[in-house]
Amino acid sequence: MSPLDFSVLLRGDYPGMIAKGLVTMLELTAIAWLLAMALGIVLALVRMTHSRVAQALVAAWVEYHQNVPMLVQIFLWYFGIATLLPMGTQQWVNRHGGEFIFATIAISLAMSAYVSEDLRGGIRAIPKSQIEAARALGFTYLQSFRLVVLPQALRIALPTLVNHTVLLFKGTALAMTIGVAELTYATREIESQSFKTVEVYLFTTAVYLGLSLLIMAGGSQIERRMRLPAR
Amino acid sequence: MGDILTILREHGPLLLIGQYPNGPLGGLAVTFVLSVLGIALAFPLGVLLALARISPFRVFYWPATALVYVMRGVPLIMVIFWVYFFLPVLIGRPVSGFSTMLATLVVYQSAYLAEIVRAGIESLATGQMEAARAVGLSYIQAMRKVILPQALYNMVPAMLSQFVSTIKETSLGYVISVNELTFAADQINSILLTKPFQVFLILALIYFVLCFSLTQLARHVERRITRKRAGAATGASPRSPRATAIAQVLP
Amino acid sequence: MMNTMITFNGVNKWYGAYHALDDISATVAKGEVVVVCGPSGSGKSTLIRTVNRLEDIQKGSIEFDGQDVNAPSLDLNKFRSHVGFVFQSFNLFPHMSVAENIALAPVNVLKQSKSAARARAVELLERVGLAAKADAYPGQLSGGQQQRVAIARALAMDPPAMLFDEPTSALDPEMVGEVLQVMKSLARDGMTMMCVTHEMGFAREVADRVWFMDHGKLVETGTPDDFFSNPQSDRARKFLSDLRSH
Repeated sequence: MSPLDFSVLLRGDYPGMIAKGLVTMLELTAIAWLLAMALGIVLALVRMTHSRVAQALVAAWVEYHQNVPMLVQIFLWYFGIATLLPMGTQQWVNRHGGEFIFATIAISLAMSAYVSEDLRGGIRAIPKSQIEAARALGFTYLQSFRLVVLPQALRIALPTLVNHTVLLFKGTALAMTIGVAELTYATREIESQSFKTVEVYLFTTAVYLGLSLLIMAGGSQIERRMRLPAR
Repeated sequence: MGDILTILREHGPLLLIGQYPNGPLGGLAVTFVLSVLGIALAFPLGVLLALARISPFRVFYWPATALVYVMRGVPLIMVIFWVYFFLPVLIGRPVSGFSTMLATLVVYQSAYLAEIVRAGIESLATGQMEAARAVGLSYIQAMRKVILPQALYNMVPAMLSQFVSTIKETSLGYVISVNELTFAADQINSILLTKPFQVFLILALIYFVLCFSLTQLARHVERRITRKRAGAATGASPRSPRATAIAQVLP
Repeated sequence: MMNTMITFNGVNKWYGAYHALDDISATVAKGEVVVVCGPSGSGKSTLIRTVNRLEDIQKGSIEFDGQDVNAPSLDLNKFRSHVGFVFQSFNLFPHMSVAENIALAPVNVLKQSKSAARARAVELLERVGLAAKADAYPGQLSGGQQQRVAIARALAMDPPAMLFDEPTSALDPEMVGEVLQVMKSLARDGMTMMCVTHEMGFAREVADRVWFMDHGKLVETGTPDDFFSNPQSDRARKFLSDLRSH
């Protein structure tokens, strides 16, 4: 086997393709993460109410998104639900990067289910008496949630949330199957044009591995900062 | 909805078993075979990796740890591309999509199973190993007879969970044209062309029914194990492990 | 009645078929200190928790500071912010410092400024003897210290009365004294107090009246002297002798 020639990555269009791939991957990750967190918090809140209907709906949402493969969810959105939209909307969406939009939607909705479950676990671990104390002070339901429950639940749920963030990040690679020009897509393009498979694959693998480790390390750091002083 | 029933009637067999018996097996059957074989082969590998991860010998610890971190940090789709490229080179022969996918799943899942088994081993009280060694068992004997049986029993729910993950991961076989369920659905979509929503909805629902049932089974097993564990520890009849709903306090 | 703080009128509560509170009628006057005692399961905690509706009742009425506690038109949150409640398990918020715990409700419910609330928090901490711990976290405090902070937290809302639900039952014996000390000083300062407690020494020293409950009924009420030296009912006699013998 000929020695590895990493300079191929700097030839011609390739740097541009890689850069675009990286940026798209990061954009996809960031937007999907924010949406997933926001939606996950709302779902956890809804699940805490008394309404059996609300609880059942959230449970159904969670079960659906956790039991259907992410790839299939992306397909259902991009190939399926997209065709249900009115013609005008479809055309608008296609002109504004429909693949990216639907990939973002699919990934964020899927991960919102995991986030809400993580928070639910965190909330369950908080003694009931904490809420009692908050209510006894006169806080409303929402205030109690915002000031007392959520901060503690996030602390407890942090390790699993970090794990799921990595999962979300890795999931962005699936967007390539519907043509989103993120990093894996660019990798395949460069591979097919340059035939320098090992070099390109090693580069991309290093990027994914590096960023995943970064997320995990960042999570540990946050955990350490948020640790409450004890005797 | 009538569309869905029509599609199921006309293309159901393709989805479920491919072109068998008039051709190769496909669809859900292949998904099933891939997942079962995948997790079955990954399991012994996972146990070995777990033992390597807790081993004090660096020659075992570092490669195992490296493998686990790589599989956790790299998207499965990239691992598929690696195996697709590397495996034929490694064994000097072309490799079918199915074998590529199987090899990928085995390597990928063994890393996750390793962590589960490791957690199971470490969650056992150290007294177990001490007691086993105290009666004269060697490390390996203690592992085989005392530690692993308990750890694996405790970890059955988590492993069932990984089985469900494996089933979901087989859908990526689509990318290298493995004739599993997602690929079959895509084929049907190419035939029909005008009913993508219905086709992919059916696809989602089939995965859902399959994975949801297995997840429920895992939860049931977990409840039984928790009950048994609590009973063994205290000798009294244990209460439900589920915490009281916080919502009860809020009027 | 302008001189009563808390009124229980024919209060009844059932948990399914279990009659937890059986036709309780009694009043706590302003400035009065009432100790509620009785064997476990007698309903004393349940009774005190009905005052701020941590428990609901099925029959009867409860009045607190002139307000009907169970009126549908009552703004429950606003009402609760005026009732000082101290829990057996302190229930401080572990993710906030001591001062933040105390200032939380004044800032968010009374809309005070953070600096004013903190100043008041420090004042209250001085009152309970913990001024130095303002920026410590609950996890760093002993049980007795945490309970004193909990009392300060309840006082921060300037309630007209304080309810104590077995405030020292979860404490190691050597820490009970410091909490009782704070409660006694509150009583001496004229705070209306309703305390569920086993601390008979406290009852003797500062209680104006003792209520004895058993099996959900209010069996006997009387001054501490009367109750301890001359209990009227058999059940009270048994309770007191059990208490003394261990």
